[in-house]
Amino acid sequence: MAKFTAKPNDLLKINYNPPQTDWMDTPVEIREHMYCHPSKKKDLDTVGFPNGRDWRVADEDWKLPANWEQTILEGMQALLKKYRSFSVFMDICVRCGACADKCHFFIGTGDPKNMPVLRAELLRSVYRGNFTLAGKILKKIAGARDLTVNVLKEWWYYFYQCTECRRCSVFCPYGIDQAEITMMGRELTNLLGLQIGWSGGPIAACYMKGNHLGLEPHTVKSCIDLFSEDIETITGIKIEPSFNRKGAEILFVTPSGDLFANPGTYTAMGYLMLFHELGLDYTWSTYASEGGNFGFFSTNEMAKRLNAKIYAEAKRLGVKWILGGECGHMWRVLHQYMDTWNGPADFLQEPVSPITGTKFENAKSTKMVHISEFTADLIKNGKLKLDKSRNDHLKVTYHDSCNPARGMGMLEEPRYVIKNVCKNFYEMPENTIREKTFCCGSGSGINASENMELRMRGGLPRANAVKFVHDKYGVNMLACVCAIDRATLSAANEYWVPEVGVTGVTELVANALVMKGEKERTLDIRLEPLPGKEGSEEVS
Amino acid sequence: MKTLFPLFAVITLIVLVVAGVQYANMQFLFGVIIPYLAVATFVAGLIYRVMKWASSPVPFRIPTTCGQELSLPWIKQDKLESPSGTLGVIGRMALEVLLFRSLFRNIKLDMREGPRIAYGSDKWLWLSGLAFHWSFLIILIRHFRLFAIQLPYPIHVIESLDSFLQIGVPMLYITDVVILAAVTYLFIRRITNPLVRYISLPADYFPLFLILAVAGSGVLMRYFTKVDVVGVKQLTMGLISFRPVVPQGIGIIFYIHLFLISVLFAYFPFSKLVHMAGVFLSPTRNMANNNRMVRHVNPWDYPVHVHTYEEYENDFREKMKSVGIPVEKE
Repeated sequence: MAKFTAKPNDLLKINYNPPQTDWMDTPVEIREHMYCHPSKKKDLDTVGFPNGRDWRVADEDWKLPANWEQTILEGMQALLKKYRSFSVFMDICVRCGACADKCHFFIGTGDPKNMPVLRAELLRSVYRGNFTLAGKILKKIAGARDLTVNVLKEWWYYFYQCTECRRCSVFCPYGIDQAEITMMGRELTNLLGLQIGWSGGPIAACYMKGNHLGLEPHTVKSCIDLFSEDIETITGIKIEPSFNRKGAEILFVTPSGDLFANPGTYTAMGYLMLFHELGLDYTWSTYASEGGNFGFFSTNEMAKRLNAKIYAEAKRLGVKWILGGECGHMWRVLHQYMDTWNGPADFLQEPVSPITGTKFENAKSTKMVHISEFTADLIKNGKLKLDKSRNDHLKVTYHDSCNPARGMGMLEEPRYVIKNVCKNFYEMPENTIREKTFCCGSGSGINASENMELRMRGGLPRANAVKFVHDKYGVNMLACVCAIDRATLSAANEYWVPEVGVTGVTELVANALVMKGEKERTLDIRLEPLPGKEGSEEVS
Repeated sequence: MKTLFPLFAVITLIVLVVAGVQYANMQFLFGVIIPYLAVATFVAGLIYRVMKWASSPVPFRIPTTCGQELSLPWIKQDKLESPSGTLGVIGRMALEVLLFRSLFRNIKLDMREGPRIAYGSDKWLWLSGLAFHWSFLIILIRHFRLFAIQLPYPIHVIESLDSFLQIGVPMLYITDVVILAAVTYLFIRRITNPLVRYISLPADYFPLFLILAVAGSGVLMRYFTKVDVVGVKQLTMGLISFRPVVPQGIGIIFYIHLFLISVLFAYFPFSKLVHMAGVFLSPTRNMANNNRMVRHVNPWDYPVHVHTYEEYENDFREKMKSVGIPVEKE
């Protein structure tokens, strides 16, 4: 595959007029830079996904298993029986088109099959043809079609051009959620071993080693030790976090991405500093070292299998409750799925902040609290000493990650935290934030490098709103509570609005946090001179 | 093709009823048997649909949250857009069903040079959708007068309100005008908006044409081509009391109207029109956002293979010990 070299202006020639031919008569054209490579056989085998094999997307022959049509149709029947959402959403769409221009991929590509309604019709048409009387008799007139290899390829191509962000679902008069339909489509294609590598690899790694990056226990520790060294450089305070420690009050779980890549690492440093300052009795785990869940982007069963580690580890270590770091889909999973999958967590206690005594009533069953809820409570109770001016050089905007916004409803907590640690805060236009927030364009396991055009196109609506506040207010930093955002929006901003960096909310907190016994800070969390302190750094 | 087929289907229906009543004298078939069958199909079909949906469980609690969750006591929860209890869910559903809350949010993409992506307000779909549905409901309720010996008071009130403009004789019902205008707008939107046209199926045009024909024939009957109202009432009272009679000389336009309505009723459960019932079963809207407070149980949950801590420690014990991470077995 040739390297992706297109310039922003090349991508902006977007044609929103659909082609002359009817969509059913327009065969899928699988384009380079718009899809992810397939998963390796060994990764599928590791977790027991069926039909692992080596195949190439560009090849005519995808080496589909025998009777694959039957597998899909039986799978579809089973899903219709298991999920009311799927069953209802297959029947009630009136094709009003309210969702059409709400999808970031449609906005960025103009491809009509990226209108959520049409992406759903890809599946619905086969549903009608096989499961409804009208579709069986009237065929195309009833909007039905047969399942063919080309239809299957089209499914695969477009179900991996959906980031399960749920924005369409906000605008749909019946709440039809394309995320739910994409999840079903991915369940089905996974029956045939059509997993993408960017999910398959992390899933296998997470299953065996505890995290998506495949960091082994000693590496998890050495990553965090390295952060502690940097923190000592910045603050003069030595932090010694514990790992897999039995009897700790709190288990802390965060996405492994933040242990490895900038700027997520700065957020991880922020956690360490905050917890040290509070004297929190907490532990990291190397076994449950992943808050995110790429299984969620393949099948429900796989997601449950990966998620099981969190409660299992909390039980083994005997902690009272669990605190979760900043991550988007992780919080959709923890908020809406974990308790159902792997609960009841009756071995844990209802979460109470040991610092403020606040009971987190809203987490009394799942027993897991979001770091922004935790921090907002600390600030409200005056438990943190904060020096906002350390963030004065930043003009910050906040990106609501899709899942905390639309699958959890956590909108105010991070904003409250940011406003208490930063002087300069500016919201993006209202149609692009909160429940109407735009996806980074690379969520749901498609943040690979080979599909960069897709990612940049999908990231355009978000980046364009960032550019708006950059141009208007001079915003130079985008804050978010998502590890995937920190990686993907760094890339999208670099492409569309390179003047704006990306930060986690807890990095901003740590930068402002005045710690007991710290030396005068001259460096920020990124080890860059604080404004006004340039040159004052001691040369060692 | 996508518009012509449903158009011809509706025309064929009209030809069918005209031929049947005018030339074959099948008044009893079109005036009694088909309406009975249609209503029976509607009721049975709708029950079947709802039962079928309801037979699939809701394994996960997946509301789409459109507002602030219930969180810390000093953070204001959005009780309608992110309800945490039954009352809030009822409120959210009521807003959705009665006022089309989500459609009210609609915005329109506007890609400008620069690029600058803007989003303009776009309430026309909401307005026409709401106008159409409410008019349809009011007209339907008005028709109950045909099935009552004495005019029930609520219907009298609705009729008075609907005709408060007091134009003409018989007095003009506002809903008659609104429904024709709204459906016409929805049709024009469907064919002129390139994206909506692209996603449209014959099954989207057919109900529009059918409803237009139903409303059109009703308007013709009331304001222009008069029918024998006493005969109509005799027929409808016969139907409702299960002692059907077919008075002579009612007028063909009535039979057209009745037959098209019958088709609409019978077609309803097997088409997208079931969104009327389906919206109540939509898990993204009818569930409370109390996920971390109240555990949701998945009825088909089953045990899965996991990689246990024991297996994990067996894989990495020496590496863990070498950096001082505690292990279960030394």
